[in-house]
Amino acid sequence: MATLSRDDVAHVAHLARLGLTEEELTRLEGQLNHILDQYAVLAELDTEHIAPTAQTIELENILRADVVTPSLSVDEALAGAPERAGDHIVVPGIIAEYE
Amino acid sequence: MAGNDLTRLRAHEMAAALRAGDVSARELLEASLARIRATDRPLHAWASLDEDGARDAAKAADRRLAAARGAGQEALAALPGLLGIPVALKDLVVTRGLPSTAGSRILGGFVGPYDAHIAERLAEAGAIVPGKTNMDEFAMGSSTEHSAWGPTSNPWDLTRVPGGSSGGSAAAVASYHVPLGIGTDTGGSIRQPAALCGVVGLKPTYGRVSRYGIIAFASSLDQIGPFGRDTRDAATLLQAIAGRDERDSTSAPIPVPDWSTELAASDDEAAGWLRGARIGLPRQYFVKGMEPGVEARVREAVAALESAGAIIVEVDLPHTDYGLATYYIIAPAEASANLARYDGVRFGYSEHEGDVLGNYLATRGRGFGAEVKRRIMLGTYALSAGYYDAFYLKAQKVRTLIKADFDAAFASVDALVAPTSPTVAFPLGARLDDPVAMYLSDACTLPVNIAGLPGLSVPCGLSDRLPVGLQFIGRAWDEGTLFHLGRAYEAITADAGWRRLDPADLGALEDPATPTPAERMAAHA
Repeated sequence: MATLSRDDVAHVAHLARLGLTEEELTRLEGQLNHILDQYAVLAELDTEHIAPTAQTIELENILRADVVTPSLSVDEALAGAPERAGDHIVVPGIIAEYE
Repeated sequence: MAGNDLTRLRAHEMAAALRAGDVSARELLEASLARIRATDRPLHAWASLDEDGARDAAKAADRRLAAARGAGQEALAALPGLLGIPVALKDLVVTRGLPSTAGSRILGGFVGPYDAHIAERLAEAGAIVPGKTNMDEFAMGSSTEHSAWGPTSNPWDLTRVPGGSSGGSAAAVASYHVPLGIGTDTGGSIRQPAALCGVVGLKPTYGRVSRYGIIAFASSLDQIGPFGRDTRDAATLLQAIAGRDERDSTSAPIPVPDWSTELAASDDEAAGWLRGARIGLPRQYFVKGMEPGVEARVREAVAALESAGAIIVEVDLPHTDYGLATYYIIAPAEASANLARYDGVRFGYSEHEGDVLGNYLATRGRGFGAEVKRRIMLGTYALSAGYYDAFYLKAQKVRTLIKADFDAAFASVDALVAPTSPTVAFPLGARLDDPVAMYLSDACTLPVNIAGLPGLSVPCGLSDRLPVGLQFIGRAWDEGTLFHLGRAYEAITADAGWRRLDPADLGALEDPATPTPAERMAAHA
């Protein structure tokens, strides 16, 4: 089955937006490969004609009336924000400034 | 009644004493808080306490009781079963105005802006919540060692884990802090700690309880359920939280039976329920690595059920061995998506390091603990381009086969009986560096989540002086049969010597010189 190289581990960490130390990458390379080895047993099963199960209860198209109900105030919603300006959350710019 | 005696009462005994006017909700709460203060340092079952909020709730409960007493027997009988009863909440439950951390540094200091559905339901029922209990970070773990706030110990042996991830609630109920607790179970996180701490724990059918306000781990598997010191108490707690809620579209519009009043009060009547009951014993659940002492207790329990009139039928669940791999693809995949929301922008722990990407990497790299990062990595990999079919889709197909095994078994039996955990409580630190060994703790519980079924763990004796759990597994929506079986098993073993034993380290808990679990771990490292 698949084997993860250290570069693969670093790539997955980037996809997951996890900043990992060199030590963590080394440890994860060993641990993830050991865990992936356990997945290999699934290849024993022929599942070509088996439908996947995403959830176990038979519920479909759960709808409710589209009505306004009480919700959090702006202050409540922003109470946990690391940085706030007025009614907004402050974040670093993601588009270069025009100048 | 004196404080220590009050904490010994089960919830239904507390309810009777409250109605009779023998005790007040305030007295029950103070006894509970006093016991927590006196014994929690070496146990560390609690993440945070809310003494003021709990006192206000207890006063309100006492007013309701007084009003009903004035209005007569009928009004008293109509009061909710949980009125005035202390209930521990796992810190995965969001509670308005209180820390709601999921055992994670990334939610350190996060205060809930609203109440979870079950917190609202418990408040309406008049239950008293003294605080929130410790847990593995984001419910990922089987030992409560993966908490950013330090591990919890097992009151039967303080050098051992309480199980997890709901280890704080299980340890709090086992240590007589509270008669009832709330946990969540994604792969065994209620049943396994219930087994390891010697208490009752139920994972309800997927969809039975609304998860609105429960911090998400793996959304196709997560369920909320009760801990108690007996089956009747667990049934009463589930009764209070079960049912459809518009805010969780996976909570099912299925009627909730009146479990707590259906259960027989007399042991004879309860035991009678076993006559002719067809119970399947899955061969594959006596897994490799199962301790002989655990297997012996479970087989003795099965023999006791049979002597009491149950028809025990050996059944096959042939895909059981594939459960672990299936679970450890599906759960991390769903977790990696659910945990993408922790970005340090809107709430929670936040690091600033250069640009937006730098902030994400630093916040998530330092905010999450080792096990959570491992699962996010596994899940991200299993869902990534080129691997989705080989891992996630494959696991979803095997999920179909595992569910079909249960469907086939339930064609001929009313319920299954099996071990809950392959081992008794293991030493703190023993499996921390070996994730696969840790994952094996849930080999007998996670297939039940994969199939969305209810599972009940009840204590069935001791092995090496540590508790062993017996698991009953039912058809979807048939928690009722599990409660009858649990109650019947309690009835036929009511005179067993082990039922009268207290957790062996309760004495050490009362000694302020006993080290904390974190100090104990550090000494071993």
